[in-house]
Amino acid sequence: MLGFHIVKRKNMEWWKAWLVRIGSILLGALVCAAVTVFLTGKDPVNVFTTMVDGAFGTERRIWSLLQGIAMLLCVSLAVTPAFKMRFWNIGAEGQALMGGLASAACMMFIGDRFPNWLMLIVMAVTSMLAGAIWAVIPAIFKARWNTNETLFTLMMNYIAIQFVSYFICVYATGGSGKIDVINPVTHTGWLPAIGGKSYLLNIIIVLILTVIMYIYLKYSKQGYEIAVVGESENTAKYIGINVPKVIIRTMIISGLLCGIAGFLLVSGADHTISRDTIAGRGFTAIMVSWLAKFNPVVMILTSFLLVFFEKGSIEVSQLCGLNASFSDIITGIIIFFIIGSEFFINYQIKKNEKEVKAS
Amino acid sequence: MRRLFAVVLAVVMILTLAACTKVPANNNGGEDKAALKVGLICLHDENSTYDKNFIDGFKAACEKAGLKEGESFFIMTNIPEGAECKEAALDLADKGCTLIFADSFGHEPYMIEAAKECPDVQFCHATGTKAHTEKLANFHNAFASIYEGRYLAGVAAGLKINEMIEAGTIKAEEAKIGYVGAFPYAEVKSGYTSFFLGARSVCETATMEVIFTNSWYDETLEKEAAQKLIGDKCILISQHADSYGAPTACEDANVPDVSYNGSTEAQCPNTFIVSSRIDWEPYYTLCINAVKSGDAIPTDYVGTIETGSVVLTDLGAKAPAAGTAEKLAEVKAGLQDGSIKVFDTATFTVDGKTVDSYLADVDDMGDYVGETEVIKDGAFLESEFRSAPYFDLDIDGITIKE
Repeated sequence: MLGFHIVKRKNMEWWKAWLVRIGSILLGALVCAAVTVFLTGKDPVNVFTTMVDGAFGTERRIWSLLQGIAMLLCVSLAVTPAFKMRFWNIGAEGQALMGGLASAACMMFIGDRFPNWLMLIVMAVTSMLAGAIWAVIPAIFKARWNTNETLFTLMMNYIAIQFVSYFICVYATGGSGKIDVINPVTHTGWLPAIGGKSYLLNIIIVLILTVIMYIYLKYSKQGYEIAVVGESENTAKYIGINVPKVIIRTMIISGLLCGIAGFLLVSGADHTISRDTIAGRGFTAIMVSWLAKFNPVVMILTSFLLVFFEKGSIEVSQLCGLNASFSDIITGIIIFFIIGSEFFINYQIKKNEKEVKAS
Repeated sequence: MRRLFAVVLAVVMILTLAACTKVPANNNGGEDKAALKVGLICLHDENSTYDKNFIDGFKAACEKAGLKEGESFFIMTNIPEGAECKEAALDLADKGCTLIFADSFGHEPYMIEAAKECPDVQFCHATGTKAHTEKLANFHNAFASIYEGRYLAGVAAGLKINEMIEAGTIKAEEAKIGYVGAFPYAEVKSGYTSFFLGARSVCETATMEVIFTNSWYDETLEKEAAQKLIGDKCILISQHADSYGAPTACEDANVPDVSYNGSTEAQCPNTFIVSSRIDWEPYYTLCINAVKSGDAIPTDYVGTIETGSVVLTDLGAKAPAAGTAEKLAEVKAGLQDGSIKVFDTATFTVDGKTVDSYLADVDDMGDYVGETEVIKDGAFLESEFRSAPYFDLDIDGITIKE
């Protein structure tokens, strides 16, 4: 028999919880340092300053970091209402990709018909629609026939990826499997740089969305309905909430936001579409959202953490001649400790008193 | 309150971390700040045979030039073909690199954007098509006449098939080669056509079947494609895709294999014949020396057998036919003195007819329309008008399998 058992804690005071969280991140950082020293033989302090340098070292890196945070945050905001409703939407990757595809298609085929400001609005709207359509299909099936949304949304990702592949094959008839940067001369459908900062608009848009999502989830009636459906569908039914309606409406919102993420990535960064445009953010976003307990403002912090470690360890791996997978290892360790800290916040370990007597 | 705390914490963290950056992190250079720094941007890492080939050449050239990894040369792996590539290139420039390479076709537009932002830095892009039309003084393309290497590898394959016919393992009309291609793109078509022409130059009855995986790197797809070709009675396999998928499928099925980008002898000792590859070291050395001495880097560089850019690996120990080395030396000499032309129009037909005129899409403007006459004096002039291949004819004898 084990000499201890685990009991659920009563609410830990918030400042204690934060101490545990910060402590565990520091502990995780220590383990990262140990791993890094083991792999590179370099001084751990040097490794950490290099990491910080990789994320903040130059003005360009800071912008790149902020852009990384904004994009991850945008997808995270998108999955949050669905997850809060306990609807396992792991299809954000595909929903955002469809949004990106819609933007790219607009840039290619109707780029010359509107002035650029109108063009951007048209692109944003079509992207949101594309994302929403991709999200609402599994939602309707869930609401009507109670299909498994985890599998359904996951499968929709693959369909979206194949759809993009098909689109690229048809359009890029040279057979290279790549669509070039679209409108490289006219910049039609490119989000404009503000004050010479090409990512600033992306960042502002995502910040505004964060505030709106925070208010929506916390203060609106719809946000409350989402929370109730998430806690207990039966309670929701009992108090007269139309559950299928809430599921479909929430997934439309999720899809709209994913569409915006796709739009921002295509119009505000890559200016083209490929299978890898979303680059796994649809999945990382789930972690960002859960770690922040679905609080959009805290999500700024969690996405910062993930992007910081990613950028920082890329720099370390470069200077130490390590493989770029080093970045994944470091991020993995940190996430492990963050998730671990939640365990210690919610549960406590107690010694078995009877066990002591028996021995 | 909690939320406020979270926000405050986030801000404090950002500010403290930002403050730390005042400490110079890479103070290992010492006084020699003006020394040359170079960078390489790779799509994948050394687990891809394609990227490994670039990384090896780059490291070799840098080390010969006395540069040190992490101090005066930098390798960025797993950089996607998007805005991240531009960020990576500009970040290398911020580090003080004055010569930056990228290895993947899709990196090109972002390298061009970076080149426009940093006119004092030289940007060199392998496999790209746009340098001669962009006309930027600091943006260059490079490739190699790898079709000559493919042709040689094809000769080795043809000799192996002849040996199988003589031994009675197969009949002459069963001499079907299988080829795993990445995309139906000129670079791939040029590669497999030259390989096929090399094989047919020694084995007249050779035919070829091609499967495209529509991915540059997908181990599973490549392995499955090779298995499908073997199931389709292909008796020898070659590839233009970047994983070990096809060679290992051959080793499992004991089918001879001509690989690409480097030797697979270690993984496939029983079936490996030979591999052609581009050695990028001569190009990297040329660029490093050019930047050091202030000379211009060619807009379109084509490495050849002479420059040491087009090379064959050592022959496999078991699989190659007897006399392969001698025959390869003879054909190689013929390629070098011009007596053998890979794309000699007398050696192939399209829809049963000899091709005497062809407009290729040399100026890659996104229109996919050919504009440059590339056939002259009875040969298709590959890599003459730009470094990247543009041979994209579908010749008789090769069938593309859906």
